Amino acid sequence: MGSITLKNVSKVFGAHAVIPSIDLDITDGEFVVFVGPSGCGKSTLLRLIAGLEDVSDGEIVIDGRNATELPPAKRGLSMVFQSYALYPHMSVRSNIAFPLKMAGEDKATIDKKVQDAARVLNLTDYLDRKPRQLSGGQRQRVAIGRAIVRQPGAFLFDEPLSNLDAALRVNMRLEISQLHQQLKTTMVYVTHDQVEAMTMADKIVVLNRGRIEQVGSPLDLYRRPDNLFVAGFIGSPRMNFISGAPAADHGAHTIGIRPEHIALSTDQGIWRGTVGVAEHLGSDTFLHVNADGIGTLTARVGGDFAVTHGDQVFLTPDPQHLHRFDEKGMAIR
Amino acid sequence: MRVPFSEPRRLHTGDAMATLHTRSAARLMIAPSVLLLLAWMIVPLAMTLYFSLLRYNLLMPGMEEFAGLTNYTYFLTDPAFFQAIFNTLAIVLGVLFITVVGGTALALLLDQPMFGQGIVRILVIAPFLIMPTVAALVWKNMFMNPVNGLFAWLAKLLGLQPFDFLANAPLLSIILIVAWQWLPFATLILLTALQSLDEEQKEAAQMDGAGAVSRFIYLVLPHLSRAITVVILIQTIFLLSVFAEILVTTNGGPGTQSTNLTFLVYAQALLQFDVGGASAGGIIAVILANIVAFFLMRMIGKTLEA
Repeated sequence: MGSITLKNVSKVFGAHAVIPSIDLDITDGEFVVFVGPSGCGKSTLLRLIAGLEDVSDGEIVIDGRNATELPPAKRGLSMVFQSYALYPHMSVRSNIAFPLKMAGEDKATIDKKVQDAARVLNLTDYLDRKPRQLSGGQRQRVAIGRAIVRQPGAFLFDEPLSNLDAALRVNMRLEISQLHQQLKTTMVYVTHDQVEAMTMADKIVVLNRGRIEQVGSPLDLYRRPDNLFVAGFIGSPRMNFISGAPAADHGAHTIGIRPEHIALSTDQGIWRGTVGVAEHLGSDTFLHVNADGIGTLTARVGGDFAVTHGDQVFLTPDPQHLHRFDEKGMAIR
Repeated sequence: MRVPFSEPRRLHTGDAMATLHTRSAARLMIAPSVLLLLAWMIVPLAMTLYFSLLRYNLLMPGMEEFAGLTNYTYFLTDPAFFQAIFNTLAIVLGVLFITVVGGTALALLLDQPMFGQGIVRILVIAPFLIMPTVAALVWKNMFMNPVNGLFAWLAKLLGLQPFDFLANAPLLSIILIVAWQWLPFATLILLTALQSLDEEQKEAAQMDGAGAVSRFIYLVLPHLSRAITVVILIQTIFLLSVFAEILVTTNGGPGTQSTNLTFLVYAQALLQFDVGGASAGGIIAVILANIVAFFLMRMIGKTLEA
C-alpha cells in the first residue's frame, strides 16, 4: 500500500538540470532517507514524489498506479514541512482535522480520529491552543498529527527537525522512529544530517548533484562505500583520505581510513605524527594528528588515552577496514 | 538597618534627579509645538461651536445675534439632513463593499505569475494617482454622458436606450466613481498581504486535499483579515468626507439625491450663506464621525489582537 517507484525521473529548471535522471524503488513499509549536501536535489526529489513539482520526464508509480500526472491530494501521501506549515489561525484541533474535513468525513469520525492522533502524539492537552502558543517540538508533533490522520500510503518528511534545538532533535528523531515502528507505513525522509540518516533509516539514498551515489542500509554504506563521496559523507568524524605514496603502497589512488579504525600508540606504529588538537568528549577523544608526509589525520581513541597538543604519537591503520579508491574515486574491491 | 542600602539608594536618587531634569527640559522644549498644535485644533473648533450658536448669514453682515440651539434644531429637522446621512452611509458602505471584494479579486489575479506583470501592476495603481475632480469629470463626460459617453455608445451599439447615469442613478454613479478611485489602494494593500502568505502553507493545504476554493476560504481569507481591516479603516476615514466627486458631477442633485453630509454643510455655508447653520452641521458631522470611529476601533481592536 505504500510502494513508490521512480523510473527515469528528471527535473529541469530552465537550462539547469537539477535532477538528470533517477531510478529508485521504495518498498512498502520502508523508512527511506534521502541524504546529501545542500543543493543536491533531495528536497526537489521529495517534492516531485509529492506532486508539488511536475516532473520534466519520467514516471512516478505509487502502489502500482502511474501517479505522474496526479495532483498532490490524489496520491495518497502526506507531507511534513520544514517550517511545519501549520495554519496559524486554526486551533491544533482544526489543524489536525483539516485534511479530514477536506475529504468530507462526518463530524463524529473526524472527532474520533483527531482524538486518536492527539493521544498517539501526546497533544490531548493542547487541542484548543493556536500554533503560536506551542513550542517548536509541539508544533512539529501537530504537523505530524495532521499527516497521520489521513492514514496515507506514505509519509514524506522535508527536513522536519532542522528548526529544533539539538536536544529536542534527538528526542523527535526517536519519536519519529517509534512512530514508524507503530504505524509500519512507508516514510520518505529528507535530511542533510548524516546522523539522522544513519540512526533512522532502513535504507539510505545518498544524493549528490541530483544523482544517486549509493543506495543501501546504513551499515552497508558505512562498511562498503561505493565511492569517495559516500565514504566522506557517511560517518562522523569523516573518513581520512590519503593519496600519493602511502596509497600507492596499497595499490590504490586514494585510500580511506575511518578515525575509529586507526590504532594509536605512543611508542610504535606505521605513521608518525604530532598531536594538533585533542577533542575530549569524555567517552572518546578525537585526535587531530599532523602525520609526517601524509597530512592531518583524525583518530578516535578511548577517553583515557592521555595525550595533549604537541605530543608525538604513532598511528597504525587497521588493514581490514582500509578502503581503496581508484583515480575516478570509485571503490576498488 | 539602613546602612547596607544607603549606597544604592543615594545612587538611585541621583539617577532619578538626572532623569527628572532631562524630562522637564524635554517637556519645556516640545511645549511650543504642542501648544501650536493645540491652538491649531482648538481655535477652529471653538469658533465653529461659537458660530453654531449665532444667527449668522453672510447676506446680512453685522446682524449676528445669539440664537441658542436654533441652528441645531433647524439642521436636524431638515429633511435633507436624513437624506444626507443615508447618502453618506451608502457611499461609505457601497464603496467599501466594491473595493474590498474587487480588491481581493484583483489581488488574487495579480498574484498569479503572468506576462507583463510589472506593467499591469502599475496600470492597476494608476487611478489612485488621478485627482478626484479630474477622475470624476472624466467619468462624467467620457463614460456616463448620455450623448457622447462610452456607455451610451455601447448601449446604442446593442440597440438599447442610453442610460443617463447622473440624472437617474446619481448616488450609484458617485459610488462607482469613488470606488474606481479607491480600488487600487485596496488592491495594493491586499496584494502585499497576499504575497506574505507562506508558500509552504499553501502546499500543505494542497497536500491535505483542499481545492482552490477551500484554500481561499480556509487559508487566504483568514490571512487577509488584518489587511482588510486596515483597508476598511483608512477608506472609511476618507469616504466619510467625499466632496469633489459630488461637486463636479451632480452638485448634490437632482434635489438632494446625492448630497452627503459634507456636501450639505458646504451647501448651507456657501450656497445659502448660512454660516451659523453650516457650523451646527459641522459639529454634528464631527459627532457622527466620532461615533463611526468608536465602532471602527472596536472592530479593529478585535481583529488586530487575534
